[in-house]
Amino acid sequence: MSTFAAQFLKHARVMSGDLRHRKIIRTALGNYEIARDQRQAAFQDWQGARQLAAVIKWEAVNHLDKYLEQFVAKLEARGTKVHWASTGDQAREIILQIVRDKKARSIIKSKAMTAEEIHLNDALEKAGLNVVENDLGEFIVQLRHEAPYHIVFPSMHLTRGEISELFQRELGSAPTNDPEELTMIARRVLRKKYLTADIGITGANFAIAETGMISITENEGNARLTAALPKTMVTLMGIEKVLPKLADLALFLPMLATMGTGQQITCYNTMYGGPRQPGESDGPEEWHIVLLDNHRTELLADAEQRDALHCIRCGACLNVCPIFRNVGGHTYGTTYSGPIGSVITPHLRGLQDWKHLSNASSLCGACTQTCPVKIDLHHHLLQNRRNAVKGKPAFFERLAYQAFGFVANRPALWSIAKKLGRLGQPLQKLVKGSALDPAKAWTQTRDLPPQPKESFKDWWTNRK
Amino acid sequence: MKNEETVLSEREKILARVREALKAPVPSPVSHGHVLPPAAAYPARQWLPKVGETFDDQLALFAKNAAELKADFQLLNSADEMCQALVRLRDTAGWRRVAGHSGDLTNAVCPALNLPLLRTDRAYDVHELEACDVGISECDALIAQTGSVLVTNRSAGGRALSVLPPHHVVLARREQLVADLPAAFELLQQKYAENYPSMISFITGPSRTGDIERILVLGAHGPKRLTIFCL
Ligand code: SF4
Repeated sequence: MSTFAAQFLKHARVMSGDLRHRKIIRTALGNYEIARDQRQAAFQDWQGARQLAAVIKWEAVNHLDKYLEQFVAKLEARGTKVHWASTGDQAREIILQIVRDKKARSIIKSKAMTAEEIHLNDALEKAGLNVVENDLGEFIVQLRHEAPYHIVFPSMHLTRGEISELFQRELGSAPTNDPEELTMIARRVLRKKYLTADIGITGANFAIAETGMISITENEGNARLTAALPKTMVTLMGIEKVLPKLADLALFLPMLATMGTGQQITCYNTMYGGPRQPGESDGPEEWHIVLLDNHRTELLADAEQRDALHCIRCGACLNVCPIFRNVGGHTYGTTYSGPIGSVITPHLRGLQDWKHLSNASSLCGACTQTCPVKIDLHHHLLQNRRNAVKGKPAFFERLAYQAFGFVANRPALWSIAKKLGRLGQPLQKLVKGSALDPAKAWTQTRDLPPQPKESFKDWWTNRK
Repeated sequence: MKNEETVLSEREKILARVREALKAPVPSPVSHGHVLPPAAAYPARQWLPKVGETFDDQLALFAKNAAELKADFQLLNSADEMCQALVRLRDTAGWRRVAGHSGDLTNAVCPALNLPLLRTDRAYDVHELEACDVGISECDALIAQTGSVLVTNRSAGGRALSVLPPHHVVLARREQLVADLPAAFELLQQKYAENYPSMISFITGPSRTGDIERILVLGAHGPKRLTIFCL
């Protein structure tokens, strides 16, 4: 078992028994579900919209080279500097170089999962910079030195009381139980940062090939300020974010909001097509875009699972996943959690180390059913299981199945085994779940159904 | 120089990997066994939430959406009425510093406020803008389907005016109302395809967050209040 798998099992056991945590998550997601269902119902045909979204994403991902080149040519024509990074190391180095060139000291950053993926904050802080997350949820988890709990709701595992204590401790604010007051405390602290930061870092939700723009979806206005005030803007994005046409957003913006937060469309949806242009009065003088591969091309090469690159990171599959809801976001130990995280993490970080996530699923298919771009998530989990076994067969498991096959194919042996089983079952009770039990992983939390006194076969032969 | 070379080669390497990966084809998503026609043949409009045909339907829908979003939407019949409405807001909210930009509507209405106006459509000091009580801007369109205001940095006084001050007032005209999101993108294309502004934003209600226990709070980082005056 990999150490990551052992960690997962340990945390999963603790979290799934933590009723307080489960209640917080259930309440938060209960409200989300009601809003999401209402928004979905407002569509004239939600399934038609999903189908169209899947087709558009298919078109983009399966002609990625063409659209990336178009996107970059358009951006460069308007003075944006485009950088390409094959690895997370390269992306961090590119951004550190920009920081050094600009002699920057303070950085504000609006929410970007890609930055979490390459641990950008750590690298910047090690280089002596002051980096402040300005999405409220991200700001909260940053103060706690914690990873985001969820790709859309980073701080959903915390209560207002916990956040108030955190603010008292870290910001010296007065105690309050009012979410509005807490938000205003953060607003005041972050205001100052916007006005003084040298560099603003953002992510991107979509990249438009046709016009050379990125699109950022948010509710708070933090990304808008990040892209308006600092002199230099840096955007880090995965290469798979491309959409062919600007008008495609007419579909994707409301779909992302519907599934992400249960809104018809989020408060700010903003397209950026360059740094400050001649005649414009504000905005960054320089804009750098870093295009990140970091194993995405390997996922692209897997024709069976290529559609996982369609993901628009709405988080809907996390919200419906019975595993996620019970073990929680941090248990995964990954940047992307829930079903989509379980599918792509083995591709991004190594199949053998992360294959256990393929089993963190009841295979109920709720994720596949909810995904707005129709990624075949639960089948991809099965494929990862298959590939993991192919790559590294489980010796004892295979042996056990071979022995089972041998016995099951021989009626005489089978009937002896049954009798032995009936005799053995009371003994099993004595060791159930302990180290002596060979089936411990299974029996620890489950009871074996009692074998009947008489088998069907015996009954059939003995009947009068 | 060395840096330049690595940039170029990384680009070539990534694109080469993409092309290599795409050699294995994946069929387009299918529906009921039929390959779908290209996306272009499927306008999104027919799937998105329905919008009434007539202007009055659309206006009513915009007003309903704005109310749900906690934006303040007021229909006015003349520039004079707009001036009066603005002056009332000034008095109730106690504005002392106002920011705006030059435009047909703003120029016609803002002088009625009798307050010095910080112009953000030419070089300005961002600290001064931060100290303003309100930003007044025009817009490119109002979208009935979503209750959104479409602005660009060209039509609405730059990137910061509509998001930095705690109150954003939008001055619009009835002709600017469009039915839905696809219509808004058509409009953008018609108006700007030659040379797009560097920022285009759909503003849908005042700034908000639900990051604390998923409870709605207005005014997270952007404006706490959004007022839309429509002529
Ligand atoms: S896999 Fe689908 S449901 Fe999950 S986050 Fe991505 S787009 Fe959303």
